[in-house]
Amino acid sequence: MSQQTQAKTFEVEKIRKDFPILNRKVNGYPLVYFDNAATSQTPKQVMDAIVDYYSNYNANIHRGVHSLSQEATDKYEEARIKIQKHFNAEKAHEIIFTSGTTHGINLVANGFSSLLEEGDEILVSAMEHHSNIVPWQMLCEKTGAKLKVIPMDLKGELIYSEFEKLVSSKTKLVFLNHVSNALGTVNPIERIIKKAHENAAAVLIDGAQAAPHIKADVQALDVDFYVVSAHKMCGPTGVGVLYGKEEWLEKLPPYQGGGEMIATVSFEKTTYAGLPHKFEAGTPNICGGIAFGAAIDYMNKIGFNEIAAYEHELLVYATQKLKEIEGMKIYGEALDKTAVISFNIEGLHPYDIGTLLDKMGIAVRTGHHCAQPIMDFFKIPGTVRASFSFYNTFSEIDRFIEAVKKAKMMLQ
Amino acid sequence: MTIQEKQQEVVEEFSMFDDWMQRYEYMIELGKSLPLIQEKYKIDENLIKGCQSKVWVHAELEGDKLAFTADSDAIITKGIVAILIRVFSDQHPSEIIEADTKFIDEIGLKEHLSPTRANGLVSMVKQLKMYAVAYQTQLN
Repeated sequence: MSQQTQAKTFEVEKIRKDFPILNRKVNGYPLVYFDNAATSQTPKQVMDAIVDYYSNYNANIHRGVHSLSQEATDKYEEARIKIQKHFNAEKAHEIIFTSGTTHGINLVANGFSSLLEEGDEILVSAMEHHSNIVPWQMLCEKTGAKLKVIPMDLKGELIYSEFEKLVSSKTKLVFLNHVSNALGTVNPIERIIKKAHENAAAVLIDGAQAAPHIKADVQALDVDFYVVSAHKMCGPTGVGVLYGKEEWLEKLPPYQGGGEMIATVSFEKTTYAGLPHKFEAGTPNICGGIAFGAAIDYMNKIGFNEIAAYEHELLVYATQKLKEIEGMKIYGEALDKTAVISFNIEGLHPYDIGTLLDKMGIAVRTGHHCAQPIMDFFKIPGTVRASFSFYNTFSEIDRFIEAVKKAKMMLQ
Repeated sequence: MTIQEKQQEVVEEFSMFDDWMQRYEYMIELGKSLPLIQEKYKIDENLIKGCQSKVWVHAELEGDKLAFTADSDAIITKGIVAILIRVFSDQHPSEIIEADTKFIDEIGLKEHLSPTRANGLVSMVKQLKMYAVAYQTQLN
């Protein structure tokens, strides 16, 4: 079956009924939501899980003897197993609930501060989100390790041969995103992980932008750490997971102290709980974790292959239509990319375009997308970024294109 | 004209428009007529923080009145700053300090007033008033 026919049989209108927000109007126009790379919208099924939790079994977990606490604990742990299966982790306790990707990255960076020495090197890609740069810079300041950058080319692809030159026995860690938030580039993480492991370096992959589109298999990838946020994959904000290989998670010290993460406490000595609780201090976002599980169920029911194929059609269509506009410059033209288009129109400021699109009911992101080094690389203040999800439609893209043309006319 | 009268004038101009598009087209026009800041004043100290686009504002005392010039790399932001400058320029610093900015609501730009809004209209007003405070001290 060709992708075209797949796209046609993709039941987008039926799917859209699951998302109440898609019916609303913004500034008098029906909403076109193309800011999915910032956060995705939430289907009824996930909202139902949230309401169900607060209506029927809201309780603290892992400690009560009463029935509600037990039910809440069971559901929370069921969600962990759903997430484990989704990412094909070997063990459920390799899935650590976090408040999101940034938390996961900081947890690992903090853990490594006791494992690194002066002279060690860590590699980071040139297309990282600030959240995957700053924690490592802080780690380097603390340990005396050196941060080196894997460069990219003008198409927005990492230069693998440069990575091969940079990686050595001094390299202790490699950090990069699976998919770039600003450019949509899908990075060749399999090759990078393999090469890093040949040099005995650990690899952390920021999967925040990949997870809504690509089902990562952490065992097949042989990745050491993989971090994601629920809110980019139809789940609620404030929750995410860190996958870590058991051997690594055992090696890292706890990140935060508190309830839940201890085995025994006295004023003389505290022993820590085993995985995953060692990294889950305090009362977690119980409802969020359960809703994340519901979101993963929802997306799997639609199917990640189907989602990827349909979104690719949207990407190709929108790219082609945008390119017909005079003065259009698209940033990030990697061969393998997700449904993200970062662009500028010659002579126009992205902020102006974004403002006028908003007036026409179209939500896009403008600015540097928390990836200033990428903007510096292209020598621009920012871009307009349209990012699509499986609930978007070709007719929404048509409206978007018309709105971009109108904005251009007004601004020139 | 007093600040109040100038605000009234702007409100009346904007009341002629039926929809947002005309309002924005007019703002873009105003942006093009902004009294431009001299290149030498386009420095970091004159850059207003809190905007997604860059905005520079410079103030100079002419007699006992303040004159503002400005620039931005985004045209809508230029339009917004042009409206503010039109209202606040050629006024005594004490008048600028005292002035309210309710007229912004009335011309349909209320959405730009939120402190978290990326174009930082609030920061611009604050900056103009800061200049007024600084020059007021000088005049005293």
